[in-house]
Amino acid sequence: MPLEMASVTQQVRAFIVQNYLFDRGDQLTDDQSFLESGIIDSTGVLELVAFLEKTYGIAIDDDELIPENLDSIDRISKFLKSKLS
Amino acid sequence: MCGIVGVLTPPGSRVDVDLVRRMVTTIRHRGPDGVGVCADQHVGFGHARLSIIDIAGGSQPMSIEDKSLWITFNGEIFNYIELREELIKKGHRFTTQSDTEVILRLYQQEGEKCVERLNGQWAFAIWDAPRQKLFLSRDRLGVRPLFYTQCGDRFLFASEIKALMACSDLDCQLDLKAIDQIFTFWVTLPSTTAFLGIKQLPPGHSLVVESGRLRVYEHWRLNLSPEIDDHAVDGAGEARLRDELFALLLDATRLRLRSDVPVGTYLSGGLDSTLITALAKQAAGNRLRSFSVAFEDNEFDESSFQQEASAFLQTQHSSVRCSGGDIARVFSDVIWHTEQPILRNAPAPLFQLSRLVRESGFKVVLTGEGADETMGGYDIFKEAKIRRFWSRRPESSWRPLLLRRLYPYMDGIQRQSSSYLKRFFQVNPEDLDNPFFSHLPRWRLTAKLKTFLSSEVRAELRSYNSMNELEATLPNSFKSLRPFNKAEYLEAMLLLPGYILSSQGDRMAMAHGVEGRYPFLDHRVVEFAAKLPPRLKMKVLDQKHLLKQAAHGLIPESIRKRHKQPYRSPDGCSFFGSAESEIADMLSSDQIKRNAIFDPQTVAALAHKFRSGSNTSVADNMAIVGILSTQVLVDRFVNLRDHNRREKICR
Repeated sequence: MPLEMASVTQQVRAFIVQNYLFDRGDQLTDDQSFLESGIIDSTGVLELVAFLEKTYGIAIDDDELIPENLDSIDRISKFLKSKLS
Repeated sequence: MCGIVGVLTPPGSRVDVDLVRRMVTTIRHRGPDGVGVCADQHVGFGHARLSIIDIAGGSQPMSIEDKSLWITFNGEIFNYIELREELIKKGHRFTTQSDTEVILRLYQQEGEKCVERLNGQWAFAIWDAPRQKLFLSRDRLGVRPLFYTQCGDRFLFASEIKALMACSDLDCQLDLKAIDQIFTFWVTLPSTTAFLGIKQLPPGHSLVVESGRLRVYEHWRLNLSPEIDDHAVDGAGEARLRDELFALLLDATRLRLRSDVPVGTYLSGGLDSTLITALAKQAAGNRLRSFSVAFEDNEFDESSFQQEASAFLQTQHSSVRCSGGDIARVFSDVIWHTEQPILRNAPAPLFQLSRLVRESGFKVVLTGEGADETMGGYDIFKEAKIRRFWSRRPESSWRPLLLRRLYPYMDGIQRQSSSYLKRFFQVNPEDLDNPFFSHLPRWRLTAKLKTFLSSEVRAELRSYNSMNELEATLPNSFKSLRPFNKAEYLEAMLLLPGYILSSQGDRMAMAHGVEGRYPFLDHRVVEFAAKLPPRLKMKVLDQKHLLKQAAHGLIPESIRKRHKQPYRSPDGCSFFGSAESEIADMLSSDQIKRNAIFDPQTVAALAHKFRSGSNTSVADNMAIVGILSTQVLVDRFVNLRDHNRREKICR
């Protein structure tokens, strides 16, 4: 199934807003760092990984668990694009 | 161990004895063995007694023969036998065998300085009639609680806040700054409570009301400036210090076995409580009774270590098995006793444990609390050490590998990739000189909970910064402490009295009339530990190094050498799942709006996360427990009181 990136970005945003910002996501931009903004704490990344693996049917390797792939909505979208292409 | 209350009115007015009686009735759980009330013209004392020493003669409030001095006392003075002998030699004549009378006579002899002679855990009030002076004091580390307030022209004090609230004229409102403090440090600052206008006497402080003036002063301070040079201790020196520590601990335990009723122990399966049980066995020389909490969830259960320790020390052991559902069922009562919001459910199983102890016919237990704070046991000390070590060479690739040594029991941390671990624990250069360096990651994480506060509450707190207030209360000597000692000081000042000894300690044990005794908090042990160089407390990354040496041969090696496993229990998940607990109703939009502390929308999103069975983080769990406990607190203290007041007016 072709991946519609706009909808992926929307899904990821919805997940972040609901699970980390508890529906207070008005100010969240697509390039905002989760770590620098304190959105994701030391145990929160695993929630994100579980969501991505389940929703998109992918397996994320340990060496892919880096902020460069997962630290903003933009980065996640790009990472998913490369994983799913 | 008991509950105390008192009222002081201005000269010329009479004390309301019924109020004193109502106050003491609210804390009968602390002293189910008897109630006493006495009143002079304008002062009244009340006492709920848990009889442990001098069962026949130790009733309170107590006075000396000429009625010039009165006392109401909660706690134990463990060196009362030696002090009594000394006072008899000075000519004092005792009429009871109690430690209570020893305080009275010692006060008569030495005045307010008498507290410096006490080895024990206390909160007491003395009415000095000739001087028309009320003298209150609390023990050095804050084992026993003591709250006070001013209600109109009356001064009220009590072991628990609910006793103060028996005074119907007292306003009962949540203190939003205290909520900010708890949602940062896990506890309020030492003189603050969760309620506006109600204060607590900080550990190691005394209070005097005389000639209409109130004065609070420090009678003891934890001095954490090591007197022994780090590198001057060779192998033989370390062995000497180990032996000295052992002797002190054995004596501290021996003194804490003084009781006219049997003494049991809590046996968690860790180093500290196992060592205390071993020392008690050695000092008492008889078969001990031990008690523990077991969990249905393997992540928290330490039964196998408890059984191993019990078999090794030949104790008769009982445990209470606890599930998340059990926690939810007792949660409201737990908050009634903690009298403050909590961020972890860990007090709830201890509430059940004290019930087991009481039902087993025991009302005194020795426990291992205090070793983590004084002997270098907390993971936060290790975390700070690694972060500081790494920050000296930020480019190092192997130093951050040490981060893997942190929190081995936390799956969420252990499953992190290295790059994320590095990001979470990395040190901002500006943090290196921050006085709270060791605690910043924890406090910043906890402070995320404030995002759940309603916009009105957040607006009210906008100009308030709890860390600034904490910094302003620190003694000047804090700045010159070594980093390790700074971290120890913060734990001993905040978490120990505010949570460990309170929400997990006194309040859970006394809910069922059980007294905890803490050999590690004998001031001689604490002062000895404070002199030790940090290297002996944490050798490289070996926590409680010297204590482990002192425990050699006394406890099973598997327990002596095991990784530290802090006592934890199921948190947020306890309230949800197939049979959702009634307590979760407190999260409904209506209830949240009614109390107006939290934002209904964000709380709903958080509750949804738990209900849907999603993975949840440490912060999520702290948030759900923090919100629920605050809701219960408002409901049971503020709303219920308002309701009762309205009923009274209608009648």
